[in-house]
Amino acid sequence: MSATILGLTGALLVGIGLFGLIVHPTALRKLLAFNLVGAGVFLIFGVVARRAAAAGLPGDPVPQAIVITGIVVAFAATALAATLLARLSEPGEQP
Amino acid sequence: MNELLALALAFPLVLGALFIVLAASTRAALFGFFAFGLFLALAWVELEAIDVALTEAAIGGGATGLLLLRLNARMRRTVSLGQPAGPQLRIVAGLLAVLVTLVLGALLLALPDPAPSLAAATVEPLPTLGISNPITAVLIAYRALDTLLEIAVLLIAVVGIRVMGAERGWAGRPVPWPAAEPSPALVFLARLLVPAGLVFAVYLFWVGADAPGGKFQASTLVAALWLLAIMAGLAPAPRTGGGWTGIALAVGPLAFIAAGAIGLAATGSFLAWPEPVAKPMIVVVELALAASVVVALVMLVAGPPEPEAGR
Repeated sequence: MSATILGLTGALLVGIGLFGLIVHPTALRKLLAFNLVGAGVFLIFGVVARRAAAAGLPGDPVPQAIVITGIVVAFAATALAATLLARLSEPGEQP
Repeated sequence: MNELLALALAFPLVLGALFIVLAASTRAALFGFFAFGLFLALAWVELEAIDVALTEAAIGGGATGLLLLRLNARMRRTVSLGQPAGPQLRIVAGLLAVLVTLVLGALLLALPDPAPSLAAATVEPLPTLGISNPITAVLIAYRALDTLLEIAVLLIAVVGIRVMGAERGWAGRPVPWPAAEPSPALVFLARLLVPAGLVFAVYLFWVGADAPGGKFQASTLVAALWLLAIMAGLAPAPRTGGGWTGIALAVGPLAFIAAGAIGLAATGSFLAWPEPVAKPMIVVVELALAASVVVALVMLVAGPPEPEAGR
C-alpha cells in the first residue's frame, strides 16, 4: 500500500513537471521541471522494483540498479544543458 | 503505519514539486529543489532501496541543485525560449498534465500481481562473484555493459562541456566560484567535513560489496567533498585539458574495457568475470572507475575552462 502511495506521487511529479516544462518560458526553469519529470519516472520504476520483492530481498535489484545508472546519466545531461545555457546567456549569443 | 510514513513523504514531495514549478523567483525554486531532493531520498529509503537513496541524495538533489544554483548566479541574462504562456496554453498544459498523471496512475494500479521479479535469478550466482549486495552485482557483473556505457556518457558530457570553452583555449581553469571571501563558517565546515567524509567514502566503497554502498556512492561523496573544498577556497578547481585529470578520466573506462577483454579471452564473452579471480578484478576495475567518476563529476559541476590570466 505504501509503495502504491509513492507510485501515485511519482505519477503526480511527472504531471507537475510536464506542466512546468510547457508553461515556463525561461530555459533554467524548463531544466528544473524536466528534472522533476525524471524524478517521477524513477520513483515509479522504484515502486515496480519494490512490488517485485522476492527471494528474501526487499525489492527487485535490477530496476534499482538501472535507476542508479539513470540518476547519473540524468545528471550528466543536466550538466551539459547547464553549460549550453551559460554560454547562451553571454553577450552576442542568440537562443 | 507504513502508509502514514508514505503519506508523510508524499505530501512534501508533491508540495515541493508544485513550489518548484510555481514559485515566482528562480532562486527560490532552486532552494526548493534541494529540499525536494532530500525528501525524495527519504522516499527511496521507504521503498527499501538504500543504494538509490544514497545516489539520489548525493547526485539527484545535491549535485544537480548545486550545479543549477551556480548556473543561476553565472547567467548574465535570462535565456527565454519563447513568450510567457497565455491563459489558453496554461489550460491546455494543465489538462495534458492531468491526463498523463491519470494514465500513469491507472497503469500503476493495473500492474500484474504477483509482480514478475528477477530477484531470485540475481541472488543465485552471488557466491561465485564474492559479492553479497545484489545491486552492486547487477551494476558490475550482470549489467556491466550498462555501467560501461554510463561512464562513457559521463565522459561525453565532460568533453561537451570542455568544447564549450574551446575557443578560449582547450586547457584552463573553470569559472571561479563567487570571488567574495568565503565565510569562516564554510571554511571551518570544509576543514571538519573533508577528512571525516573521506574516511566514510572509503568505508562506503568497501562495504558496497556486502551492504548498501559502492563505488558510485563513494565517488559522489568524494566529489561533493572536493566541491566543498573548492567553495571554501581550500582547493583550486581542477584544470581541464591533459595532466593528471585527463589520466584519471581515462583510467576507469580503459580498465573496464581491459577487464572485459580478459573476460572475453578467459570465458568467451565480453565483460564476463573469470571465476577464481572475479573479486580482485572487480575491486581493481571499481577503483579505476571511482577515480574517473570523481573527476568527471567535479568537472561537470565546475564547468568549461576560462581564459588564463595574462593571455
